[in-house]
Amino acid sequence: MSEEISLMKGNEAIAHAAIRFGVDGYFGYPITPQSEVIETLMEEAPWKTTGMVVLQAESELAAINMVYGGAACGKYVMTSSSSPGVSLKQEGISYMAGAELPGLIVNVQRGGPGLGTIQPSQADYFQTVKGGGHGDYRLITLAPASVQEMADFVALGFELSFKYRNPAMILSDGVIGQMMEKVRLPEHRRRRTDAEIREQCPWATLGKTPDRKPNIITSLELDSEVMEKNNERFQAKYRLIEANEVRYEEVQCDDADYLLVAFGSAARICMKTIELARAEGIRVGLLRPITLWPFPTKALAARAGKVKAMLTVELNAGQMVEDVRLAVNGAVPVQHYGRMGGIIPTPEGVLEALKEKVVR
Amino acid sequence: MDIQTIKSPENLVYTKPALLNDNYMHYCPGCSHGVVHKVIAEVIEEMGLQEKAIGIAPVGCAVFAYNYIDIDWQEAAHGRAPALATAAKRLLPDRLVFTYQGDGDLAAIGTAETIHAANRGENIAIIFINNGIYGMTGGQMAPTTLSNMKTSTCPEGRNVQTMGNPLKILDLLALLDGVCLATRTSVHTAAAVKKTHRLVRKAFENSMAGKGTSIIEVVSTCNSGWKMTPAAANDWMVEHMFSEYPIGDLKNI
Repeated sequence: MSEEISLMKGNEAIAHAAIRFGVDGYFGYPITPQSEVIETLMEEAPWKTTGMVVLQAESELAAINMVYGGAACGKYVMTSSSSPGVSLKQEGISYMAGAELPGLIVNVQRGGPGLGTIQPSQADYFQTVKGGGHGDYRLITLAPASVQEMADFVALGFELSFKYRNPAMILSDGVIGQMMEKVRLPEHRRRRTDAEIREQCPWATLGKTPDRKPNIITSLELDSEVMEKNNERFQAKYRLIEANEVRYEEVQCDDADYLLVAFGSAARICMKTIELARAEGIRVGLLRPITLWPFPTKALAARAGKVKAMLTVELNAGQMVEDVRLAVNGAVPVQHYGRMGGIIPTPEGVLEALKEKVVR
Repeated sequence: MDIQTIKSPENLVYTKPALLNDNYMHYCPGCSHGVVHKVIAEVIEEMGLQEKAIGIAPVGCAVFAYNYIDIDWQEAAHGRAPALATAAKRLLPDRLVFTYQGDGDLAAIGTAETIHAANRGENIAIIFINNGIYGMTGGQMAPTTLSNMKTSTCPEGRNVQTMGNPLKILDLLALLDGVCLATRTSVHTAAAVKKTHRLVRKAFENSMAGKGTSIIEVVSTCNSGWKMTPAAANDWMVEHMFSEYPIGDLKNI
């Protein structure tokens, strides 16, 4: 890591980290509150330095399909958008999962449904972790809670995505995308050569060489027997990801009587709530899922025996709470507190909800 | 003269291109797709681009194009082939990137992707099969279905008052500055096949030279969907399709 520290927005950090990571292509369409990603890339003009392609597509649909086309060539390709645009991308995400293509999608969430609001939200949790597109698939989902993590998760997203040949998403929100914080950007890495890509991605459509059969990237298989086998292969891969790639952070959990469970910006708010609660003698901790899928089910189950109750805090009507309840399987009461439509909960509001719904 | 003498190399006047493999084609007898596949395979071979070619297959009858020509392929979602091709060509500028699309794929669900790829002047070749019908799904109305032509979703014939007019999308594409070649051809006679071969070669040369987007509309038959014999379908195409979709260059820079 370099010692260079910058002050920037989360969206800008994504763009800078992408260039430095050696991303080959970015394809996007403007939408608030994430347009700084493509604006920063256009400003930085990485095609003059690293050779990275940056293209403003005609729609989110085209952008995700460009990601499909680039990923099929074994390239590091990504797109970013916000909730309504990410709905449009679901087609391409399902096809990428079906064709086992890696690639990175960033969702800087805003309030919905529909055109909704441009203010922050976490209401796309279900869409992301339960499969917003058609078919049985899973999306590796990283939830950054700081500008630093926005930068760091570009590399992590690509690493996991290529390791398992599965699309990955950074599920952020308007708070993390728009707020400015200190960030230590990653070191510059050079982009991979075609020879390196051929080595790392023998499946990539880089042009057929005489030593191999044609590479065909497709999600189509009309023979149901084979299609079921394909699905079994996907499911086995998902179980492997669940076994190996769960990431979470625990804050002041050791002596906690009550546990807050929150991700992204909601987790940041909960950090302050912990301070306020502990000042009043209420021993509260936080479990922050970093991967929303795979979900930290075991970590939550382990905590269930040690706390009196849990409260999920989300910028939605109660989505992750369902996964927390499944994880603890009735061992401990789990309540939800959330604000919707772009309203950001306050630390005091969370404390009040904690006292009202959980503290006995 | 025995058969082996007839088949001797010095008597060889025609052969299947090596890139066209021996897989049984799923296309109906009489369909234009097989001929167009052969032409593409011939041109890739002739230009020595076997190791540089990346084909993008559509959704529709040609969804399995990748089973027949031995090059690298990507299978696109319905209508999105030009978006895939855009990324592949931008990321690999020295490769030959082409899409192969039918009328439903290119002129209905993929209209936006087609128009915008062409408007950006992406250095790709688009092979567009226009047979005026959805073949794969069983013969429904296409954007290019002729006025009064019967299909399973316009059993009384396409009523242009309520179902829209046959879409001359090549005319729209020819207007775009990013397009260097917009031409209509067919493959119903030996002469037409030869001409199509020359046009496909021009399109692929344009792609490699970075001249912009080339679109070749192959006015085609779908004898199964049209419910005709292959020979009758060819006659019907000449009589009805060619007046709506005239053969020839709209643009050839």
